[in-house]
Amino acid sequence: MTASKKIGQQTIAFSNPPVIVSTATVVGPEEGSGPLAAFFDKILDDDRYGEKTWEKSERRMLEDTMKMCLQKGGVQETDVDYMLAGDLLNQIVSANYTAKVLGIPFLGLYGACSTMYESMALGAMLIDGGFAEYVLVGTGSHYATAERQFRLPVEQGAQRTLTAQRTVTGTGAMLLASQGEGPRITHATVGKVIDLGQSDPMYMGAAMAPAAADTLTTHLKDIAGEPSAYDLIITGDLGVYGKKLTLELTKQKGMDIKDNYTDCGILIYSPDQDTHAGGSGCGCSAVVTCGQIFRQLQAGKLKRVLGIGTGALLSPLTTGQGESIPGIAHAVAMETA
Amino acid sequence: MVGVKDSQPAEIQNRQYKLLVDRVKPRPTLARNVFWAFVVGGSICLVGQFISVFFSSLGLNLEETGAATASTLVFLAAVLTGLGYYDEITKLGGAGGIVPITGFANAMVSPAMEYKTEGLVMGVGAKLFTVAGPVLVYGIVAAWLVGLIYYLVL
Repeated sequence: MTASKKIGQQTIAFSNPPVIVSTATVVGPEEGSGPLAAFFDKILDDDRYGEKTWEKSERRMLEDTMKMCLQKGGVQETDVDYMLAGDLLNQIVSANYTAKVLGIPFLGLYGACSTMYESMALGAMLIDGGFAEYVLVGTGSHYATAERQFRLPVEQGAQRTLTAQRTVTGTGAMLLASQGEGPRITHATVGKVIDLGQSDPMYMGAAMAPAAADTLTTHLKDIAGEPSAYDLIITGDLGVYGKKLTLELTKQKGMDIKDNYTDCGILIYSPDQDTHAGGSGCGCSAVVTCGQIFRQLQAGKLKRVLGIGTGALLSPLTTGQGESIPGIAHAVAMETA
Repeated sequence: MVGVKDSQPAEIQNRQYKLLVDRVKPRPTLARNVFWAFVVGGSICLVGQFISVFFSSLGLNLEETGAATASTLVFLAAVLTGLGYYDEITKLGGAGGIVPITGFANAMVSPAMEYKTEGLVMGVGAKLFTVAGPVLVYGIVAAWLVGLIYYLVL
């Protein structure tokens, strides 16, 4: 027996597409002075956020974002059936501690920077499967906590390569429901882990682009659609060079997406912010999706969007041991009536 | 045109993809980097020279002047690191900011600041040398080897 809601190889077509009731975003000062500032709910003056440690700052940002999202959706914590969240820190502590405060039944996720889309896909499945009425999903990252975990101390002087990206300080949350007003999640394509042997942690766009291209072409094949079926196709955090590689790889698979394709990591900062290849981190696709994309869908400026969260599944340990970096990408199609 | 096809064996796919990745990768701005490394590194040395002239004018001998100059530069770099400027200097100057003794000071102070939140023993104490440690280890090993060669040959 085949699964009734599955089409093609890897795609789910929701029979009652779940609604995105509300979103919320909190970003740091660097992101708040970028070109997307107008789409964020809260911009911090100080990315320490009055906390003693950077990890606490990240946690508080995630907590505030989740609470704001519930408030905007007019829903109490006790009405929410599940919370799905994750982050970049060891043992996903930011999400765990946030779940402790909110007291919502919690499933922790790790999809590196693809976590936003992983949680959206799973949240939509829980709702369409009849297991939940409301699901709260979200993730975030912080420049200082990511630097310390994956790279060097923040004040350590170093010249980064031009392909390096800046981890976004930002958290995004989304409230999904079985009914209500708002854009709907119509499809989700769960990606495969793909590794074409890239191992440079300062060039993660190259590590993730094959996964993005694979998920994208699989999705379009599964729905039997052309790239033009979407007003916008947007990847999570491939950056300038990862975008170029994705364009090239999809072209080789016989699809031309250059007219309606961009990347969250490119949009979030302006070139004069000197972040080199753009933004990265869980927060990157989270704040762009929950900020700009959600609002433009709500306003009807965008009708159909395919978002593809991209994750580089490395750890400082595997990098130290010289392993290559596997990539993953999950696609979620959003549509407004 | 470099083709990466699913039907190819993994090894060939990886090799083809590497060609594509290298082609897309931007070239480092070498001339600009060398220029700024020279300016930044040179400026640090110039400041060092002023400090050195100042100390010798106070009547310190050559050895004492050297020690006083080095510690003053280390102090200045530590303060600049604490105020959050030294990483900006190195971002511009690259090796011009890393190689002088001020870069070493930065490599010691920045982990001290970073890991303070994990306590003085397991944080600062254990992680102080995360960046400078390799430099010290291989610097000392190199010194041993040179000493050994000196002893055997001369």
